[in-house]
Amino acid sequence: MSLLEIKNLCASIEGKQILKGVNLTVNPGEVHAIMGPNGSGKSTLSQVLAGNEAYEVTSGEIIFEGKNLLEMAPDERACEGIFMAFQYPVEIPGVGNTYFLKTAYNAVRKYRGLEEVDAVEFIKIMKEKAKLVELDDKLLKRNVNEGFSGGEKKRNEIFQMAVLDPRLAILDETDSGLDVDALRTVAGGVNKLRDEKRAIVCITHYQRILNYLEPDIVHILADGRIVRTGGSELAHEVEEKGYAWLEQGAA
Amino acid sequence: MPSSDETIQSALQDYKYGWVTEIEQEYAPKGLNEDIVRMISAKKNEPEFMLEWRLRAYRHWLKMNAPQWPYFEYGPIDYQNQYYYAAPKSDKPKPKSLDEVDPEILATYEKLGIPLKEQEVLAGVAVDAVFDSVSVGTTYKAKLAELGIIFCSFSEAVENHPELVQKYLGTVVPYTDNFFATLNSAVFSDGSFVYIPKGVRCPMELSTYFRINAADTGQFERTLIVADEGAYVSYLEGCTAPKRSGNQLHAAVVELVALKDATIKYSTVQNWYPGDKDGNGGIYNFVTKRGKCLENAKISWTQVETGSAITWKYPSCILQGDNSVGEFYSVAVTNNHQKADTGTKMVHIGKNTSSTIVSKGISAGVGQNVYRGLVQINKKAGNARNYTQCDSMLMGDKCGAHTFPYIDVRNNSAHVEHEATTSKIGEDQIFYCQQRGLSEEDAVNLIVNGFCKEVFRELPMEFAVEAQKLLSISLEGSVG
Repeated sequence: MSLLEIKNLCASIEGKQILKGVNLTVNPGEVHAIMGPNGSGKSTLSQVLAGNEAYEVTSGEIIFEGKNLLEMAPDERACEGIFMAFQYPVEIPGVGNTYFLKTAYNAVRKYRGLEEVDAVEFIKIMKEKAKLVELDDKLLKRNVNEGFSGGEKKRNEIFQMAVLDPRLAILDETDSGLDVDALRTVAGGVNKLRDEKRAIVCITHYQRILNYLEPDIVHILADGRIVRTGGSELAHEVEEKGYAWLEQGAA
Repeated sequence: MPSSDETIQSALQDYKYGWVTEIEQEYAPKGLNEDIVRMISAKKNEPEFMLEWRLRAYRHWLKMNAPQWPYFEYGPIDYQNQYYYAAPKSDKPKPKSLDEVDPEILATYEKLGIPLKEQEVLAGVAVDAVFDSVSVGTTYKAKLAELGIIFCSFSEAVENHPELVQKYLGTVVPYTDNFFATLNSAVFSDGSFVYIPKGVRCPMELSTYFRINAADTGQFERTLIVADEGAYVSYLEGCTAPKRSGNQLHAAVVELVALKDATIKYSTVQNWYPGDKDGNGGIYNFVTKRGKCLENAKISWTQVETGSAITWKYPSCILQGDNSVGEFYSVAVTNNHQKADTGTKMVHIGKNTSSTIVSKGISAGVGQNVYRGLVQINKKAGNARNYTQCDSMLMGDKCGAHTFPYIDVRNNSAHVEHEATTSKIGEDQIFYCQQRGLSEEDAVNLIVNGFCKEVFRELPMEFAVEAQKLLSISLEGSVG
């Protein structure tokens, strides 16, 4: 059974149609890249997958591990194992990173019928994961994303992913705003989280993060549809020629 | 998915403390006149000076008009159509120990989560519980007495320590102060009295729990706390009331006196019945709280105001002595039709005095939340400092937040800072939390608690936990 199956998905925001029939199948262990020009619907796709209610799904289906994802609230989706690394991670003033993540971690465990972990145990888990994705311990003590640099925010997202251990991770333009060194660290963290059970969908405008992630499958999204699917060579082609030739092909 | 407004209107957790205790009550006749004042005083075996003080207040009150300046309107209060004295009826003149207190009343406090009897045995917080007009029992009295600390009901203090009461009563809030404080001075029923002797650090939190039980009854407590030179005390106050369709008046007065080098920390968690979701019923919480600091003294007010139909109060500090410090930390929540007009006054008189104001207002439903604060630096208050931070959070689009800061500086060496922010609880913040697995309610609680953190961390540990719970109950279903 595939992990994620998107069938003919159409979605709009404020009455404007953005996704116009997306089809996508993701299997466990795969890394997919979804590339596309600005306004093609990349971020809409990730927001719809995560359940952002600002977007309206007008038709189509999303099946995750055999379940109808569209009937689930965002927190249920998260508990089922969907994680989204935000393009713009949100600051939550006054709420400690550790406390926030422990609350989330235990909410997910509770949903799955597992016992909640106490603070001592959680800190152990957290330190281990922080090391894995090379996150500075100091960030654990600060408030959620408050005053973090762009790179720190993105690293914090990958760290949260490591702790929450999702089945499907959606990286929404995780590379945007990162310099080369930060990009390498962040991508390095993601690579360490690759395994045969987990799938990763990396949404990006640029090819450069794919040099580190080496996706199995690359899709090009243009004007709300996937117009081309191929291997990593497709990403290089985009890097050389831009998106214009593909959009013409789609029309 | 309903719009957030619909959700605000439809979903609200019921007030948990709305039950009534069935006990026989003894009332004074309805209405107010000199005879009632005399009767209250006689019921309490008060000395002559006390009765005279009450009568002076009453006669002064007759010449006063109810203030009209708050931001909101409230219906006229018929002062002749309520009881000014209600007490649990008892054959015995006065309970000497907790064993003699009516078991029904003790059961009431147990329901509220303060089993007095257990508290007497277990280490923890010393509690004075006031039921309608009468104090029903003070725990830990003996232990505190060893240190020379007096912690008792106001009536007992008048009886057993009249010299202290006479010396300090009305020295911070004179009986002429304002309409409600003057009314309180005439008819106040009971309350708590604390005296910490020179150099003594009170080893435990002192606490009063107020409950209005009888219908059509005003509750007029009077609390007086005196920390003698170099003393320290931390005092907590909690309040609840049954659900009634009419409005009930609660006009309390709290006076704090911090002598040289003394520190008083006063924390309130106010959860009076707020009325139903259409704005019927609820407590009018019109309270005067003020403290006076002598040299090097410090008074710190912390309040979490989640209840009452209308809250109208300004816990203030008169920084009279040099180097004295005043603090005010406040969280005020208004949901449905609740209104709060609250803030503080920091009056700098001595040199090198400093004050800090941190106010967090949260509005939901059609609630209105007002911060009103005065920072006054007098001519001789050299090098005075004030820092004020006022943050407002809005939930939904029918509530309001208003800020009226008054700054009056008459000395050029003063440093006064004022920061204010207003934000809407972010859909993006809620979504972010939900994406990590938190339910919407948990997400709102987390965000609101983060917003209030600077205030909550000023509360004693066990109160901080209670305050967080109260906040989540008050706001349940506010964002949809």
